[in-house]
Amino acid sequence: MSKDIRIKKGLDLKLVGEAQPKVDAISRSQVYSIKPSDFHKVTPKLVLKEGAEVKAGEAIFYSKDDEAVKFVSPVSGKIVEIKRGDKRVILEIRIQADAQDSYVEHGKKNPNEMSGDQVKAHLLASGCWPFIKQRPYDVVANSSDSPKAIFISAYSSAPLSADVEVALKDKLTQFQAGIDALSKLTQGKVHLSVNGKVNSIFSSVSGVQLHKVFGPHPSGNVGVQISKIDPINAGERVWIVAPQDVAIIGDLFLTGKFDATKVIALTGSEVANPQYYSVKFGAQMKDVVSGKLSSDNVRIISGDVFTGDKVSKDGNLGFYSNTVTVIPEGNQYRMFGWLPFAGANKHSMQRTALSWLMPGKKYVADTNLNGEERALVVTGEMEKVMPLDIYPMQLLKACLANDIEKMENLGIYEVAPEDFALIDYTNTSKLEAQVIIREALDLMINEVG
Amino acid sequence: MKFLRDKIDQIKKPFGKGEKLEKFAPAVNALDTFLYVPNHTTKHGAHIRDAVDLKRTMITVVLALVPALIFGTWNAGYQSLSQIQEVVPFMDALIHGAWKVLPMIAVSYGVGLGIEFYFAIVRGHEVNEGYLVTGLLIPMIMPIDLPLWMLALSVIFAVIIGKEAFGGTGMNILNPALTARAFAFFAYPTYMSGDKIWVSDASTTDAISGETILGKLAAGQEAGYDMWSMFAGTIPGSISETSVLWILVGAVILVITGVGSWRIIVSGFLGAAVMAFLFELWGANTLMDFGMLHLLVGGLAFGIVFMATDPVSAAQTNRGKWIYGFLIGFFSIMIRVFNPAYPEGVMLAILLLNVFAPTIDHYVVEANVKRRKKRVAKQLKTA
Repeated sequence: MSKDIRIKKGLDLKLVGEAQPKVDAISRSQVYSIKPSDFHKVTPKLVLKEGAEVKAGEAIFYSKDDEAVKFVSPVSGKIVEIKRGDKRVILEIRIQADAQDSYVEHGKKNPNEMSGDQVKAHLLASGCWPFIKQRPYDVVANSSDSPKAIFISAYSSAPLSADVEVALKDKLTQFQAGIDALSKLTQGKVHLSVNGKVNSIFSSVSGVQLHKVFGPHPSGNVGVQISKIDPINAGERVWIVAPQDVAIIGDLFLTGKFDATKVIALTGSEVANPQYYSVKFGAQMKDVVSGKLSSDNVRIISGDVFTGDKVSKDGNLGFYSNTVTVIPEGNQYRMFGWLPFAGANKHSMQRTALSWLMPGKKYVADTNLNGEERALVVTGEMEKVMPLDIYPMQLLKACLANDIEKMENLGIYEVAPEDFALIDYTNTSKLEAQVIIREALDLMINEVG
Repeated sequence: MKFLRDKIDQIKKPFGKGEKLEKFAPAVNALDTFLYVPNHTTKHGAHIRDAVDLKRTMITVVLALVPALIFGTWNAGYQSLSQIQEVVPFMDALIHGAWKVLPMIAVSYGVGLGIEFYFAIVRGHEVNEGYLVTGLLIPMIMPIDLPLWMLALSVIFAVIIGKEAFGGTGMNILNPALTARAFAFFAYPTYMSGDKIWVSDASTTDAISGETILGKLAAGQEAGYDMWSMFAGTIPGSISETSVLWILVGAVILVITGVGSWRIIVSGFLGAAVMAFLFELWGANTLMDFGMLHLLVGGLAFGIVFMATDPVSAAQTNRGKWIYGFLIGFFSIMIRVFNPAYPEGVMLAILLLNVFAPTIDHYVVEANVKRRKKRVAKQLKTA
């Protein structure tokens, strides 16, 4: 039996460059990178040194605060460079890939015959643990916790983001095995949410509580779904896993190998033929995008337009990314662009632009800030894109003031930066809401834990 | 166009990062950004942004003010000339009014923006666009013959004490334009109230009388105007407050564009109507007997549409806006009727509710906090 989740507040922004449901392989990169910064709040401790040989799935570093949590190489090869920044912080570990991967063998296992502790130990040993993230705080899960429930959102509602139904169409067996494994980790339920508007391939998955989600973005955000299903209270922990990562976990149990391959969508108005590609995380961005772009002055985003990370062509595909979006840079001046109704090709949620009269139009959105940062003046606009039972402006102000008690009262435990992405987009004052929430969550980690 | 852009970049060079005049950059940027939306791109967070910015929002309010401003300028001339001549040609009235109104706008913008630029430079932030609206509102709610130096002092008080002292745009508790009016009202009462000031030249020319309807009613006289005049606004009063018709045109612009809160506007008129209805039932004096016509006279409509909707000083939650607007309308009429010495009840009502808006919001938000705490309590019980 599925339960429906319906939300009304939000925004379905229609952008040019949606990926065709066709999956091709991308030729193997020469160099793969793994960046500790993909794992927020993790302090890496290196296991291997520069020049060492690694197998695919072999640990490169572990977390200083939770030593059982290992981070592994997506490919086999040789560690050619460890890039460091200020105070010798590790920025990037670069691995020169072999022509063919040799894997660390963990042996086939049947999760249904294992205890929770055995599953946990297996996930930790194999390097699959970082796929499991925790709410509150949106960080890699603490291996000593036991969550009240596990949430998987198999619906990504963000504009141009990879459709999970396409990406996992041939991996349902692995996905089911992953669910079987994850369900051992909690006393509570495993909740799986799917797009209510399509006949989902996940309807047949067993061992989960299925939810059909209806409504505009951010309905696909797992945080929104958690708040509708079983909201997080102070002191509680829930875990979240992205669906493709569930399949990688399942694959580990079925084959005994950590296979870092995912299906990503290469999308955006500046991609000549947007479609899906199968690729390992950590692959170099130039191998992903080269020859596929239709212009030069572009921003490459590992992730979607709202929450992704800016990467250069020398950068790499992030650990958690399922989408690469390429949009034009907006580094041009626009004469009198601030006049009401100026620029019919610019989308605005406000009715001071023409876009509200053209609801079906698809936009080419660039990265221009469309103004400058200002004091918070306009009220009521953030609420329109906040489906959680939260007063966003009041919470942001409490965060800016570092008022922990107020932040708790106003629901800081229920939010993640991605839940404020639309507020980034929509607010008149160009406030960086996601940054503010991230910093506030970090403060909570340090002060409350 | 490239030429112009290059020229501006050349002029701006000495104000750039690390250059000699860097700290004056906000002033130059404020001017430049009126020509061009800057080439700034997103650095953190969402990579794409809505086309709206504060400039666009504020200019929309200015546009919504224009109909009432033009009418008010004409009416300023018409009220004066119609008492001394039979026929008043349209342009004569407009020019007579403009001769008075334009210098007031110039002084308001000149003085106010000067202070805004100064604070932007000292505090090292960009100039906020809020004063574009405030600077136009201030002359629009003043009597036509107010000396320019008094206007300038009111502006200084409003911007420094009313706004910058609280931390600048977005932080002020009181609506700055009304702060200016309240300052003038209490500092120079003879120029801000009475029966000689509401029509241009009334204080200097004996043939011209200058009393507002509310002033007459408070003195127990008849209103002396029909309903259409009150609605269209061909009556004496502060420059732009008289025409409910053109104010409603502005209200429609604000509501359609979503810039002004329809909740505040609707609940404001509703609150005024309820209070006026109650007083009409009571009917103890001419002011009470005036009934629903209260909605057409004085600054009520202008106050509710353009001042109460100021998002910074209003309630910020949607539920709070209903309460806030209703109470403004309610108290406006109550102050008018109970204290005829302050015929302009709406100014005091809005300032009063500005002060209480955070309290209203507090209780609205507190309901959310309680809901959250209840959830925890329930959890503990079932556990």
